Amino acid sequence: MAQTTLTKKDFQTDQEVRWCPGCGDYAILASAQQTFADLGIERHNMVIVSGIGCASRFPYYVDTYGFHTIHGRAPAVASGIKIANPELSVWIVAGDGDAFSIGGNHVIHLLRRNIDLNLLVFDNRIYGLTKGQYSPTSEFGKKTKSTPYGSLDRPFNPVSVVLGAGATFVARSIDIHAPHLKRTLKAADGHRGTSFVQIFQNCNIFNDGAFEEIREKKLRDNNVLELEHGEPLIFGKNRDRGIRWAGPGVPEVVELGKGVSEDSLVIHDERGSMGYLMTLAGMKPPEFPMPIGVLRRIEARTLDAGIHQQIEEVSAQKGPGELEKIIYSGNIWTVGPVVGRR
Amino acid sequence: MSVEGTTSKTPRRPLKIERRERAVIRFAGDSGDGMQLTGGQFTATTAAVGNDLATLPDFPAEIRAPAGTLAGVSGFQIQFASEAVFTPGDAPDALVAMNAAALRANIGDLPAHSIVVVNVDSFKDIDLRKAGYEKNPLEDGSLDSFRVFKVELTRLTRAALKEVDLPTQSIDRCKNFFALGIMYYLYRRPIDVTLNWFAEKFKNKPKLIQANQLALRAGVAFCEATEVFDHVYEVPAAELEPGTYRNISGSQALALGFLAASQKSGLRLFQGSYPITPASELLHELSLYKNFGVVTFQAEDEIAAVGAAIGASFTGALGITSSSGPGIALKSEFVGLATMVELPLVVVDVQRAGPSTGMPTKTEQADLLQAVYGRFSESPCIVLAIRSPADSFEMAYEACRLSLTHMTPVMLLSDGFIANGTEPWKLPDVAALEPIDVKFHTDPESFEPYRRNLETLARPWALPGTPGCEHRLGGLEKSDGSGNVSYDAENHEKMVRLRAEKVERVADDIPELDVDGPQKGKLLVLGWGSTSGAITSAVRRARSDGHVVSQAHLSYLNPFPKNLGDVLSRFERVLVPEINAGQLALLLQGRFLKKIDSQTKIQGLPFGTNEILDRIVELSEAS
Repeated sequence: MAQTTLTKKDFQTDQEVRWCPGCGDYAILASAQQTFADLGIERHNMVIVSGIGCASRFPYYVDTYGFHTIHGRAPAVASGIKIANPELSVWIVAGDGDAFSIGGNHVIHLLRRNIDLNLLVFDNRIYGLTKGQYSPTSEFGKKTKSTPYGSLDRPFNPVSVVLGAGATFVARSIDIHAPHLKRTLKAADGHRGTSFVQIFQNCNIFNDGAFEEIREKKLRDNNVLELEHGEPLIFGKNRDRGIRWAGPGVPEVVELGKGVSEDSLVIHDERGSMGYLMTLAGMKPPEFPMPIGVLRRIEARTLDAGIHQQIEEVSAQKGPGELEKIIYSGNIWTVGPVVGRR
Repeated sequence: MSVEGTTSKTPRRPLKIERRERAVIRFAGDSGDGMQLTGGQFTATTAAVGNDLATLPDFPAEIRAPAGTLAGVSGFQIQFASEAVFTPGDAPDALVAMNAAALRANIGDLPAHSIVVVNVDSFKDIDLRKAGYEKNPLEDGSLDSFRVFKVELTRLTRAALKEVDLPTQSIDRCKNFFALGIMYYLYRRPIDVTLNWFAEKFKNKPKLIQANQLALRAGVAFCEATEVFDHVYEVPAAELEPGTYRNISGSQALALGFLAASQKSGLRLFQGSYPITPASELLHELSLYKNFGVVTFQAEDEIAAVGAAIGASFTGALGITSSSGPGIALKSEFVGLATMVELPLVVVDVQRAGPSTGMPTKTEQADLLQAVYGRFSESPCIVLAIRSPADSFEMAYEACRLSLTHMTPVMLLSDGFIANGTEPWKLPDVAALEPIDVKFHTDPESFEPYRRNLETLARPWALPGTPGCEHRLGGLEKSDGSGNVSYDAENHEKMVRLRAEKVERVADDIPELDVDGPQKGKLLVLGWGSTSGAITSAVRRARSDGHVVSQAHLSYLNPFPKNLGDVLSRFERVLVPEINAGQLALLLQGRFLKKIDSQTKIQGLPFGTNEILDRIVELSEAS
C-alpha cells in the first residue's frame, strides 16, 4: 500500500487557496496533504466530498477526485460514492454548521449505517462564510451578528451527538497541533467504518481565540489530555496530573505524587461503556482538560460491505439475473397471429 | 351445494346470454375487505381469457380507516372488452358493494339500470349510521332505478364454510371471494386461475386454500342454484396484436425499464429513495432485483436519496431517485447540482393530488411546471412523461438513454393512475432493445472536465479511480473547458446558455410528434401523460359519430419535439385536456403564441371518456 514516491506536493492543486490569512484551515490542509502522502493513497482512488462553508472549499485544494456539493448534504453524496464503488477512499470535509445544523440528519444516519469513510468536521463554532452568525456549537450567550444580545440556543457537543448516533470511531484533534492531527487522521483512515474526527479550528476573523486554551502551545499542555488506548488519563506539562473517579461516573482531576499514584487513574478504553465515553465527551476546560485523540474505536458491520455481500448472496442463491427471464415472468399469455383467445 | 338463504322465487328457465363488446365493473368495500385482491383476481382471469383491459385501484390514504365508514372505502375498477381498451372505464355497469359505506361512496357513479350486488348483512342499523344513511337505501326506494341484488354474503359464506376448522373472523374474510364467484358467474369467467392462485398463495396453509376455494365456488353455485340473474354477459376475447403479453402495473413496468437500461448500458443501477405514496412501489420492485446487481438505498430523507444517487452517478453507476410531488420539491436543490455538475440522473415523479400532502392516493398531473421549471435560477432539465402502465417500461429506458447520452438530469413524470393501474403489456424483444452506449473518459492527455462533445455538448464522464483524470466537481460556476471555479461575468452567461442549449439539442435525439388522423384541419386534441387512454377513447368515439378530429400525444415535454410548433400551426383549434389547472396549455401558449382550448379537471380522478368527448363535439360543432 505505502508508496514512497508520493509527497505532500502531489496532493496540491494549481488553485489558489482562498481562506482568510491566518485561518486554521491552512494548517489542517497541510497536515491532511502530508497524511495522504504518508498513507500512500493513490490520488485517483481518493474522493473528497464537501458541503458548503469555508471548510467545504477543501476539495478544490487537494489534487484527488473531489465533489463540492450542497449545504449539509456531503454525507449523502459520499454515501452514494462509497456504496457504488467501495474501492475508493472517501473523505468528507464539513464545518460545524454544515455537519450539525443543516446536515445533522445526514450525519447521524451516516454514523448509524457505519459506511466506511471518514468524516472530518472543522469546528470553529461560528458561521464564517456567511460572515459571523452563531452556529450549533457556539456557546450559550454568544454575541454574534445574528445574536447581538447573546445566543439563547444551547450548543451541541458534537462528540456526544455522534456517540449517541452509534459512531464506531470518534476522535478529536486541533488544527495547529500538526503531529497529533496527522496521527489522528491516520487512525481514522485505518478504521473500517465511519470515522468521525472533530477538529477544533480557529476562525481568526469571526471567532478568534475560541480555542485559545487548547491551541496555544504554552497553555495546551495543561488543558489538553491526549488519549491513548490502555493508558491512564494523564496530562500536564510535566505529566503530573490525572483523572480518577471520585464516584461512579464522576471524574476528578488529581495531582500525581502526594499520595496519588498512576494506579488509581482511569485507564482509557476505546471500547469503553457509553457512560465512560459520554463522561469523556463532557470534559472541558477550565474544570477539566479537553480530551483529544481517539475516544472510541469499535468494530461493527458497515453498510457498504453489507450491500455488496447481500447482492452476492442473492445472486448465488438465485443465479445471475437474466433480463429476458424476468420480463417474461408472471402470468404471461401468447396471442397467436390470428385471433386473441389462447 | 347449499342454497340456503336465497330469497329468490324465480322459476327455473334457460339462462340467457347477452353478448357485450365491453364491460366495466367495480368492487367496493371496507379497506379490510380485500377489494384490491378481489379486483386483481378478476383481472388475472380476464387477461387469461384474452380480453383487453385496464384497471384502476382507488384506495384511501389510511391503511385501516374506521371500519364501515366512508373514509375507509376501497375500490377497484376494471374495464375489459373484445376490442381495444384505453381506460379503466367511466361508469361501472356493475358494482359490488360489500357494505353500506361502499354503496354510498359509489352509487353516484352508476348510470340507471346498472347492476348492484350488495352484502345485505352489512346494512344493519349501525352500518347505516356509520355510512351516514338516515334510512336504509335498500328499503326506501332510492335504488329503484338500479338492478339491485341483495345477497347475504356474510351468512352464506359462513354456511358454505361451516365444515372448515377456522375461526369465524377468518371465515368472514373469505366473503370477498364469494362475491368474486358471483361476478365470475355474471360475466362467464372461469374460476381456475383464482383456484390456482389460492393454492400458490397459501401454499403452507391448506385450511386457507380450502376456505377460499369453497367461498369462490359457493359464489358461483349460489348463482346457478338460485338463478339470481335472469341473464348473464359474454365479453368475447379481443383481437390483440400477436405477441406475448403480461398484465402489468406502471410500477412494475417502470422497474423493469430501469433494469433493462442498466443491463443494456452495462452500468450498475443505483436507486436512492425514501418511502412516499404512490412512489414506494418502485423501491419495492427494484429491491427484488439484487441478483442483477441493483443497489437500492432507502435513505434517511428525500434529499439524501437524490444526493446518494448523484454520488453513485459520479462513480459511473446509473443513478436514479424516485418520489412524488412533496419529495420532488425537497430534491430540487440537488437536481440543480446535477444540472451544474452535468452528471446523469433520472428523477421519477409519481404525481399525486396536492398541494402539500393533498390527497396522497389520488392522481393528478400538476407537477409539470415543477418538473420543467421547479428549480431556482436557470436550471433546465429534460422532462419526459409516461402515458400508460405499460409505457412505463419504454419511458424509463428512454429517460436513462437520454440522461446518459446528454449528461444531464431527466425528470420522468408518472402519476398515481399509471403507477397503480394495470394493462396488458406486449412484451418486448429483449435482444432487440437498442443498447445504450456509454463511454467513460480515461485518457489523461485529452481530459478537461468541461470539454464538450461538439454534437451534444455533453461533457466527458471520468470516473474516480481513473489515473490522471483527477478533477473536482461542484456547485460553483465552472469555467468552460477546465471546469475550474469561475466568477467571470461573461463565462457565467456562456455557461447558462450552454447548459440550456445542451438540453435544447436533445430535440435532435427524440422522435417528432406523430399526428393520428388528418395532418391539418379544424381540431387537434393534444395530451400528455396518463390522459392518453381517455383521449384516445374519446377521439375514436367522436370519429365514429362523424366528427373530424386529429390526435397527438406528447411524451417529451422538455425539449418539445422539433415539429410541435408546426403541428400546432396546422390546426384551427387545439384542445388540451389535463388533470391540472392548465399547465401544458400555459407552456404551449407561452412558447408558440397559439390559442389553446384548455380542458382541466382537478378532482384526484382521471378524465372520463365522455367528458373529453363532450368537449370534442362542442368544439367540432362550434367551428
